[in-house]
Amino acid sequence: MTNEKELQIIEEVTVRFAGDSGDGMQLTGSQFSDTTAWVGNDLKTLPDYPAEIRAPAGTIYGVSGFQLHFSSENIHTPGDQPDVLVAMNPAALKKNLPELKKNGMIIVNSDAFDSKNLKLAHYDSNPLEDNTLDGITVFTVPITSLTENALKDTKLSVKEIARCKNFFALGLMYWLYNRPLENTHKWIEEKFAKNPEFIDANKKALHAGYNYGEMTEVFTTRYAVEPAKLPKGIYRNISGNEATALGLLAASVRSGLQLFLGSYPITPATDILQFLSTYKNFGVKTFQAEDEIAGIATAIGASFAGNLAVTTTSGPGLALKTEAIGLAVMTELPLVIINVQRGGPSTGLPTKTEQADLLQAVLGRNGEAPVAVIAAKTPRDCFYMAIEASRIALKYMTPVILLTDGYLANGSEPWRIPSVDSLPKIDVKLRTEKEGFYPYLRNEFLARPWAIPGTPDLEHRIGGLEKADITGNVSYDPDNHNKMSRLRAEKIKNIENDIPLLEVDGDQSGDLLVLGWGGTYGSIKEAVIKARILGYKVSQAHLQYLNPFPKNTGEVLKSFKKVLVPEINLGQLAKLLRSEYLIEVEQFNMMRGLPLRVSYILNKIKEIQGGSNGK
Amino acid sequence: MESKVELKTEKLTAKDFASDQEVRWCPGCGNYSILAQVQRTFPEIIEVPKENVVWISGIGCSSRFPYYMGTYGFHGIHGRAPVLATGAKLANPKLDVWVATGDGDLLSIGGNHFIHACRKNIDLKVLLFNNQIYGLTKGQYSPTSERGKVTKTTPFGSVDYPFNPTMLATGADATFIARSIDRNPKHLQDMIKRVAKHKGLAFLEIYQNCNIFNDGAFAVLTEKDTKDDNVLILEHNQPMVFGKNKDKGIKLDGLKPVVIDISNGKHSINDVFVHDEFDESPVRSTILSSFTNMPGFPTPIGVFRQVFKPTYGQGLTEQIEEVKKRKGEGDLEKVLFSGNTWEVN
Repeated sequence: MTNEKELQIIEEVTVRFAGDSGDGMQLTGSQFSDTTAWVGNDLKTLPDYPAEIRAPAGTIYGVSGFQLHFSSENIHTPGDQPDVLVAMNPAALKKNLPELKKNGMIIVNSDAFDSKNLKLAHYDSNPLEDNTLDGITVFTVPITSLTENALKDTKLSVKEIARCKNFFALGLMYWLYNRPLENTHKWIEEKFAKNPEFIDANKKALHAGYNYGEMTEVFTTRYAVEPAKLPKGIYRNISGNEATALGLLAASVRSGLQLFLGSYPITPATDILQFLSTYKNFGVKTFQAEDEIAGIATAIGASFAGNLAVTTTSGPGLALKTEAIGLAVMTELPLVIINVQRGGPSTGLPTKTEQADLLQAVLGRNGEAPVAVIAAKTPRDCFYMAIEASRIALKYMTPVILLTDGYLANGSEPWRIPSVDSLPKIDVKLRTEKEGFYPYLRNEFLARPWAIPGTPDLEHRIGGLEKADITGNVSYDPDNHNKMSRLRAEKIKNIENDIPLLEVDGDQSGDLLVLGWGGTYGSIKEAVIKARILGYKVSQAHLQYLNPFPKNTGEVLKSFKKVLVPEINLGQLAKLLRSEYLIEVEQFNMMRGLPLRVSYILNKIKEIQGGSNGK
Repeated sequence: MESKVELKTEKLTAKDFASDQEVRWCPGCGNYSILAQVQRTFPEIIEVPKENVVWISGIGCSSRFPYYMGTYGFHGIHGRAPVLATGAKLANPKLDVWVATGDGDLLSIGGNHFIHACRKNIDLKVLLFNNQIYGLTKGQYSPTSERGKVTKTTPFGSVDYPFNPTMLATGADATFIARSIDRNPKHLQDMIKRVAKHKGLAFLEIYQNCNIFNDGAFAVLTEKDTKDDNVLILEHNQPMVFGKNKDKGIKLDGLKPVVIDISNGKHSINDVFVHDEFDESPVRSTILSSFTNMPGFPTPIGVFRQVFKPTYGQGLTEQIEEVKKRKGEGDLEKVLFSGNTWEVN
């Protein structure tokens, strides 16, 4: 018998899936995201998992989570706090309950609430039975036993059956939010192509979850989120790391240069190496080096030999590459360095996000060693900024550091796929004429010629010792060093003539500008929108170019009485702005390994602007 | 080879391989001999156009080498020559990439890169200028200095044990391992020629005298009255005999080498260990390498071991070709629009 269920249309919802590291929560979350993108919602995701691969089952530190925020309107963040929590065990509940919104909803796997798991989660009594969850809508579903029951006729072992329970949970959530199953069907069929019994079992679990929602009287309401009004086009859901990899591939195609990636696996940057290693049919050469230094040094060697050379890493790896970046500065070779920032210092928080490598990127080298530094602001923006990093590197013969972060890298959002023709074409001029050739002669952009080995009659030597102007010979001449230091700085500074001006969203001058950089774009954007709804006059600007800054940055800053700079560090952009423009800025800093909460920024805006501002 | 076709008709000379830069090593430095033997042999042994030759180095006296060669050159940072060279070679497989390095550069700060370049069989020619001292920083002990070495940083003698470079290379599976001496130009030239011909990682250790900070370190191997009794010249398929009167030989007692006298009637030439450069097993090269750690044993020079297997670059190129065949040439538009796409109208 089918119960009549109410269908409620809602605008947006934030769901968090949480369970043991081995419970498949990342998979469940990404399947839900892909289907949600496919039905046309706008969405942002936030995977949040521990550094331990399989922490002991049932422990709080082993809890892995995946949050997604989806909507029929445009949204900018993965949501501050979940409306709905799917908790696969007591530890997942314990860890995530404080984050749940007031009046939120919880779906728990009640089978997992046995005495052992309760103890591991440090619960003295069963929260499903005491008053811990008062005021919250709780659905207790025996997910493990229902999955076992649904799969009892399969040939799977008990352990294998237990592993299918995430698909039961996914099926139930598909029912609750009125999503089709076909995307996940397709995925299961591809993933388990070699194991037909797993295809059958996982589909059964998925359907069992879906039907459970339909049949049981526990659920009386299901929800629908209508498609968002996105611009026309073909879309796909994309994570920052995948976008970065595709951007590099596009830069290779658009420059006509072979792509070389020298890299050492490091969380959360490894995906880029993994993605690019699959594009061998583009002639892409990925080199998994013995260490971080070998990663960048092979890239420098490849750049010397004429490839579009890239190295990818995260904070600690960038530290190890420091000396080699200086070599690329001195030898003036094009090089793209991608730093997917994570929590630091030292090993820090490998799987969490942070923005604390800005000063390292801009300043962290011996000597005067200027490089261009740019940053992506959303997962899909990683694609365009990877192309931009390549363009600047090749045009100016310089290393370029592209900063992304753990949130952008693993988070995903819908991306309107651009046609190849619409992407910038990158002109590369290799030097071949012998007449008038000097290794350190400069063009109008102060870039030196790129004369690669294999070019007849242009044999020359470069290296890390100071170069004589024009000839590039080793020089210890005092005036030459002074001149060359200034030339290298000027070359980077000149890039400001070749990048977009800093755009201000909202009034072009006024009381308050909220200025951010990198992965905080979405949080700031949403906070500013909310502040405006509350009547505050707030403008927003976001820096994608950190060295050099856009030409009009000083002007923009001086057009506002106050400037608020929210960052996931202790004020690194604020420090650069003060020293560059001699102005005071207000800071908002929070380092929790997570994206900035919209509510925090909004509160800061209220605090600065007080109650009287247009309210 | 297509590169041979491209060879210019006029014959190159040693001069063509010299740059216009003034050589700045100390007068009397062993590096002069190495540079001279390289420049003398190159016109003959380089099979690619001159512009395809690249010299790459790290930091140290040895690493100034590229500045003096009339080829493309890259003077890198300390220890990183093997990886800079790896990148260049993989980016353009047509290049003939040579590395000039020293004992501090290759075996101390760059040790990790060296063993991995060996393991991966990157197609590089690595010449180690081993003078058993830090020269450019003015006389500190190096990872190849003998134990007890008194230097500026070890005024009471060093307490660490030295690396044995050829044994290290053997352990790391280098496909060509040889040793020579700066004061033996003919032998050094022969070894450079052998290195040039090898496909894969070729490692040549060159004993090089630093006449300022470690003068005479190899004197016993180069002075007229001592060298014959202390140097074992390895030749393929030949018994390992040495000594002024060729009266001494190496015998294998199980896996243990012993020095025997083949003139006293107790032993004969038939007892002597015969060299095989192409021995697949690393045992022979290991035994030969161990001689320098054993008192009373001669120091072998020559080719310790040469084996043939595909280089990393070959493997990479083949894989790229194979994937292209299987998946077709890369099509960016197709890749961008792949995956779960949907249309918004």
